[in-house]
Amino acid sequence: MGISDMKSLCNGNTLGWGALILAFALVPALMTSQYQLNVACNVLIWALFATSFNMLWGVTGMLSFGQALYYGVGGYAIGLTVTYLGSQWYFAAFAAGLLFTLVLSFLLGLLVIRVGGVYYTMLTLAFGQLAWQIMFKMYDFTGGDDGLQGITLPGLLADKVYYYYFVMILVLVAVWVLKRMAYSPFGLILRGVRQNPNRVRFLGRRVRRNQLRIYVVASLFATVAGALMAGVDGSVHTDMFFWTTSGEVILMSVLGGISHFFGPFCGAVVIILIEDIVGAHTEYWSLLIGSIIMVMVIGFPRGLVGGALDVAAKVRAILQGEKHDDTTLTAGLGK
Amino acid sequence: MTPLLQLDSVNKAFGGLKVTQHLSFSVFPGEIAAIIGPNGAGKTTLFNQITGHLLPDSGRILFKGEDLVGLTTQAIVKKGLGRAFQVASIFPEETVLDNIRLAALANLDHTRRFWRPSAEHRQATEAAVAILASLGLEEQGGRLAFELSHGDQKLLDIGIALALQPTLLLLDEPTAGMSPEERQRTRRLIGEIRGEYDLTLVFIEHDMDMVFDIAHTVRVLQQGALLAEGSPAEIQSNEEVVKAYLGEEL
Amino acid sequence: MDFSFLLTQMVSGLTLATLLFLVASGLTLIFGVGNVFNFAHGSFYMLGAYLGYQVVTVWSLNFWFALLFAALGAGVFGALIECLVLRRIYGRANEGGFQILLTYCLILIIDDLVKLVWGAEYKSISRPAGFSGSLTVGDIAIPSYNLLIIAIGLVVVVASWWILNRTRPGKIARAAAVDREMLGALGINVPLTMTVVFGIATALGGLTGALAAPLRTVTPGAGIEVIIDSMIVVVMGGMGNFWGAWLGALLLGEVNAFAVAFVPEWATLFSFLVMVVVLIFKPEGLFAPRTTRKV
Repeated sequence: MGISDMKSLCNGNTLGWGALILAFALVPALMTSQYQLNVACNVLIWALFATSFNMLWGVTGMLSFGQALYYGVGGYAIGLTVTYLGSQWYFAAFAAGLLFTLVLSFLLGLLVIRVGGVYYTMLTLAFGQLAWQIMFKMYDFTGGDDGLQGITLPGLLADKVYYYYFVMILVLVAVWVLKRMAYSPFGLILRGVRQNPNRVRFLGRRVRRNQLRIYVVASLFATVAGALMAGVDGSVHTDMFFWTTSGEVILMSVLGGISHFFGPFCGAVVIILIEDIVGAHTEYWSLLIGSIIMVMVIGFPRGLVGGALDVAAKVRAILQGEKHDDTTLTAGLGK
Repeated sequence: MTPLLQLDSVNKAFGGLKVTQHLSFSVFPGEIAAIIGPNGAGKTTLFNQITGHLLPDSGRILFKGEDLVGLTTQAIVKKGLGRAFQVASIFPEETVLDNIRLAALANLDHTRRFWRPSAEHRQATEAAVAILASLGLEEQGGRLAFELSHGDQKLLDIGIALALQPTLLLLDEPTAGMSPEERQRTRRLIGEIRGEYDLTLVFIEHDMDMVFDIAHTVRVLQQGALLAEGSPAEIQSNEEVVKAYLGEEL
Repeated sequence: MDFSFLLTQMVSGLTLATLLFLVASGLTLIFGVGNVFNFAHGSFYMLGAYLGYQVVTVWSLNFWFALLFAALGAGVFGALIECLVLRRIYGRANEGGFQILLTYCLILIIDDLVKLVWGAEYKSISRPAGFSGSLTVGDIAIPSYNLLIIAIGLVVVVASWWILNRTRPGKIARAAAVDREMLGALGINVPLTMTVVFGIATALGGLTGALAAPLRTVTPGAGIEVIIDSMIVVVMGGMGNFWGAWLGALLLGEVNAFAVAFVPEWATLFSFLVMVVVLIFKPEGLFAPRTTRKV
């Protein structure tokens, strides 16, 4: 029976988690400059953002092009509060941002989930762009195109290294929570919604209700990511709301592989690091990443993690002297 | 005895095409009822009306005495009405065990739980494992559903329906597209699970051997209307049926 | 508020509506026939605008030639993209998402290519000779170029209706929308049909871009604005409905024109507001046919 196997799969990740925590915990010790610490913060925050996004797309099958909206809410909740009220309100701002997202994503979700497929994607994009325009135009309040600078953090968080650990712990805990969710009964029904919504109705469950739930949850985690980003440079920018920010997490997810929980995480790490290295040398970064992802989608639809697992499976098969058999994979497709 | 399912003059038309015409019949607890009829007779459309996918134009569909017309599929399923589909309706990228476990979790109203891994939900897992065993799929539990053979996928579909603990199970052509051996096995299994899970069955079928082998009652539909009903023996000797339907087959 | 003001705004709204409809109809065509959502459709519009700029301003050639060049350029590029890129993912699981993703990559690529060739600055082209002035009736002055756009829009609408309903290629395209396999069985070259349809739709986008260039500035970010507006039009009109898209465009165009006149700062908000109201009361779109109940 497969149950014990499944259990060991879930618990066997202790080693992986240990390695992950250790790697990120050692960053401040190994890094030589403030700048590198910033890059590490970026990696972590984008990894959380991409992972939360993939709960929508890879898990539930809802390709949102508007998660930047909630990411921006997080950033500006911190930015506006600290700028206007002072840094002692930092944690209150964090909570206020989450509360705002809770209400907003619930209301918007009610609206956008009524339409499916590409229309859902485009509506999320439209609302994201609407928010961007509002932030852009309310110059006196939001700083418009200039954004808000000089966001100072309270107490120990003002120290870059402490802030890094604050980010690391929050991100890893958040990712852990999302992972629990992905493998829970709730996660299972979300995967069911993606694969066969009609069957889900015949399980006596509501498709849209579950879509709305994960839309709100993913948006809350995007807000956490945005709020953390505000402290990295001490500034927020309207770009946080811009549609390319939503696009970025989509690219990260695809690059890493949307059918694996850690795919988007890995994709985020790779993209931020490449962007950091290549971005300094060319202004045509979009052209490059656009071409890479295009080749990726056509040639390697399972992403980096999926590809790596395929290779590992093949190597294992060769080591065990078994012939790799593809026929079982295609046998059930002819329905 | 009161009927479990009672159709009372159900009508449905798509434009000028009458797909269900003044259909009335009752299915009693424990009955195995077969619905037969040529392609396009409105059999699947009738199932769709019973399960809330389509709204009848008029008439009542009583289940345990309650009218189902106007209820959502979710509400109808929760009342204890299960369905397996003509084309296996499964979750292709999940394991066979997870397919049924999901249904069991839904039945226990546990799908809002977001913390403990679904594999650690014992009650649902035990229910799923028991169903896998009754269907003879226990060896396949760890495989992904899309890897199963066509026949096993249809069994899995039935398994998903069973996990919801229905009192009435609608089966839409349970043996369609199966090899003769698979048909034999499915016929035997359907008989077994009916006893094991105390089910009332309504099934659509083109395989007459199966119909006359396991059905208690048979209803013949033609152009959405009830042409005849009775025991298999009665149907076999019904002149109209022989003329209209069986005449071509036998 | 006097009559001449009303009329001027209405004409300007109608102009915008025509441009929106030209883009949205191409989007609808590709979606309806090929079941492909071309997220990069706005980028073909932008490409058309730049090609128009190239012909009129850089090469100092005739505006009419620019329209033709923009349509051809965008159309050929679109057809190439269809058969080199999009064709490879037809029939894949989660195809819809990957279509959006591929065409999103296309937006990134076209945006940067345009920057590479023409630079990131704003560009503009002048109106064609004979259409730079206004048509005056009494005290009402209407820019003649707007009337030209509306006229061209009408011609394109009538022509597409005629092609789709009265000619063999049009009938093939409509049949492809319903049942591609059947069409293949009848000996029609379905992949070629798809490429041609894609080419025509993107040519329509390119043409619109060049047509709109004298009214709006030409910038690398234009593609995304246009795709969002067209999407709003398509959603409001009832998805994939040709005439619904037309009415959606009209509604959005007029709302926008009057919003610009009264609250210029917040004009764009009104497009969204209209869409939200439509979605709340008729989520299936204004002109969608009644469908079976979905639960």
